[in-house]
Amino acid sequence: MIYLDNSATTKPHKEVLSAFIQVNEQYFANPSSIHKAGVESNALLTKAREQLAQLLNTEEKNVLFTASGTESNNAALYGLAKSSDFRGKHIITTEIEHPSILEATKRLASEGYEIDYLKVDKQGVISLDELRAKLRKDTIIVSIMHVNNEMGAIQPIEQAAELIHETCQAMLHVDAIQSFGKLPILFNGEKGPDLISISGHKIHALKGTGVLAFRKKPQVKPFIVGGGQEFGLRSGTVAVPQAVAMAKAARLAIEAMPQHVENYKRWANDLHDFFARFGEEIYVLSSRNGAPHIMSFSVRGLKGEVLINALQKRDIIVSTSSACSSKQTKTSHVVEALNMDSRFKNGVLRISFGANNTDADIEAFKKQFIAVMKELKGEFTS
Amino acid sequence: MIFKEILIRYGELSTKGRNKKDFISRLRDNVRYSFHDIAPLKIRAERDRMFIEIENQEKFDVLMERLPHVFGIQSFSPVASCEKDLDTMKALAGEILEDYRDRELVTFKVEVHRTDKMFPLNTHELQREMGATLLPQFPNFKVQVKNPEVALRIEVREDAIYMMAQVIQGAGGMPIGSNGKSLLMLSGGIDSPVAGYLMMKRGVRIDAIHFFSPPYTSDNALQKVKDLANELTKFGARVRLFVIPFTELQVAVKDAVPDNMSMTSTRRMMMKVADRVREEVGALGIVTGESLGQVASQTLESLTAINDVTSTPILRPLISADKNDIIKIAEKIGTYETSIQPYEDCCTIFTPSSPKTKPKLEKVQHFESFTEFDELIERAVKNREVYSFPQKEAKQDQFADLL
Repeated sequence: MIYLDNSATTKPHKEVLSAFIQVNEQYFANPSSIHKAGVESNALLTKAREQLAQLLNTEEKNVLFTASGTESNNAALYGLAKSSDFRGKHIITTEIEHPSILEATKRLASEGYEIDYLKVDKQGVISLDELRAKLRKDTIIVSIMHVNNEMGAIQPIEQAAELIHETCQAMLHVDAIQSFGKLPILFNGEKGPDLISISGHKIHALKGTGVLAFRKKPQVKPFIVGGGQEFGLRSGTVAVPQAVAMAKAARLAIEAMPQHVENYKRWANDLHDFFARFGEEIYVLSSRNGAPHIMSFSVRGLKGEVLINALQKRDIIVSTSSACSSKQTKTSHVVEALNMDSRFKNGVLRISFGANNTDADIEAFKKQFIAVMKELKGEFTS
Repeated sequence: MIFKEILIRYGELSTKGRNKKDFISRLRDNVRYSFHDIAPLKIRAERDRMFIEIENQEKFDVLMERLPHVFGIQSFSPVASCEKDLDTMKALAGEILEDYRDRELVTFKVEVHRTDKMFPLNTHELQREMGATLLPQFPNFKVQVKNPEVALRIEVREDAIYMMAQVIQGAGGMPIGSNGKSLLMLSGGIDSPVAGYLMMKRGVRIDAIHFFSPPYTSDNALQKVKDLANELTKFGARVRLFVIPFTELQVAVKDAVPDNMSMTSTRRMMMKVADRVREEVGALGIVTGESLGQVASQTLESLTAINDVTSTPILRPLISADKNDIIKIAEKIGTYETSIQPYEDCCTIFTPSSPKTKPKLEKVQHFESFTEFDELIERAVKNREVYSFPQKEAKQDQFADLL
């Protein structure tokens, strides 16, 4: 199987899995217990937290372990909204966020918050002018995804942060779930983002693991309450093995980033050239300035699902634009926001690279894709 | 890397006449010690300031990060250097002042010191020349000769030009060790590490003593105290920790003295042990984290009854501090998080329900007189364990493979 759907999920690294199993065997004690075994697992948990803090350039006490990227995003929005409502109730996000942000903002809207959605251009990028125009004194949160999961657009986080911090008190939350390990994203002293969400299963760690990290001391209202774990911000016995797996995968991702990115860029450029050979038949949504590991394209007049099945028969695994909404038949909100030619709207496919891909995978994809096109479209020039 | 050296201004020691030399060499040793993990520093100590050479960015970053914690430093400044050429000097000055470009309004002046009198421009000419170049470059600067926020200091020395603008506050206080050594009673609570820190700030070298009562108290409690001792080494000095096996003595007190006075008596035994250890290690005073009225053992009456066992100076830097202020310092110095870990220590295991806040010394002495405590005290002193911090080997290497 040639797996090119790494933005949907990744296969856990062997060394991450073996660390996970080892921790389950040797350090299974509850890190809140005061017996020796508990103290030991707590020390290990602290170490894992420190490692993530270091990778993100923040302090250990500013890193929270969650059970998914979705939870991190929810916690960031609700937590900030409920703890800062005395300053205002205005929230800004973008049209093309992941549902874990958009659904959260919808719910906040029903609870009396005012939400503004930034539009994006054909490349999927927001306009800083629009952001400037929408920022107000009572804006409390701006949430912008670093890399879009469906087509790889990169948002100008640094400039946005600068703009936000000089105009108002709002906190900038960055959904870095698709970008961590592919593009540098970290806290930058007084500048840059205030909160960052990461998900484990996108970086070859385990499903059911996430992180929400803060630039400085977290001041959010917890929405999972109980035993007061995670500095009182997220109750529930802390899953030390998951935390360790997450910290390890994050370290591996950052260490290998230069090498991986070099590969991704080469493959993306290669595919851009490859798709260009099909002329009018194919529309590529991802721009060459976008994230190096996500490549979305659409074949004129063909349904995405048809293509996926045809490629799958040939052992190539790709997805429609977003796994989270793949099962839905309606066009994704991201594709809608891009204002595309309607003949291409129904067939958006996404190729996404990961740590395990090789040059041979890309060659195989191209070969099989040509075969599929011949099969489905009859003729075209390549 | 435009910076060539860091200039250190001494704190209070500038005022100490004859001992000044000792102070300076003490400070130099402590600075060296604080950076023992990087390549040896080149330090040049003069009568009223000290210079540390910088070879690279990495060294510079480490110095800037740790110098604010070394006691005995009033303030320090990164110093840039260039050749004696006017255009080069102007460019360098612009680069140094770049940090202040984004500020609202900055009051500013140029100070010139010439040790090289052969330099073609005299002090006033050089001031005017630099001012005329810099002010147009920095529209937010306004000249103010008295107390400006930024003083660009230009020194024309024999070998080169030296320039500085930034003045960073140091930790103040005195170099650790310049005021002798004391023994800190380290319980594991919030107060005692803060008391240790404050004494270190006044130049006192600290060794710590801890009373350990297995099996009533756990290894966690001991580990916590070791962690605290280790935290205290951040301020630029080694700390030794003496751990006293205290169970036997504690049980003996419990058997000999009525409940409501046992707390006073226990403290007296601790003081006796501490005083014996102090003598053996050559410390001059005993430091405690006692704060008046905070708990039953810290009333004037209790302190009197406890203090009765020794004439050694008992130093209580927190005696007049409010708990909240103590907590603030603990948070600042990074011991708070460790201190609040919830492990029983020897003071909390046999706490009577209503200890006397005004114990009568005669009564306590009367009850104690029926037991041969001295022998137990000697045994506890003799069987102490010693730990040295910072510990050489990293403790948590067991996790390295997992992460």
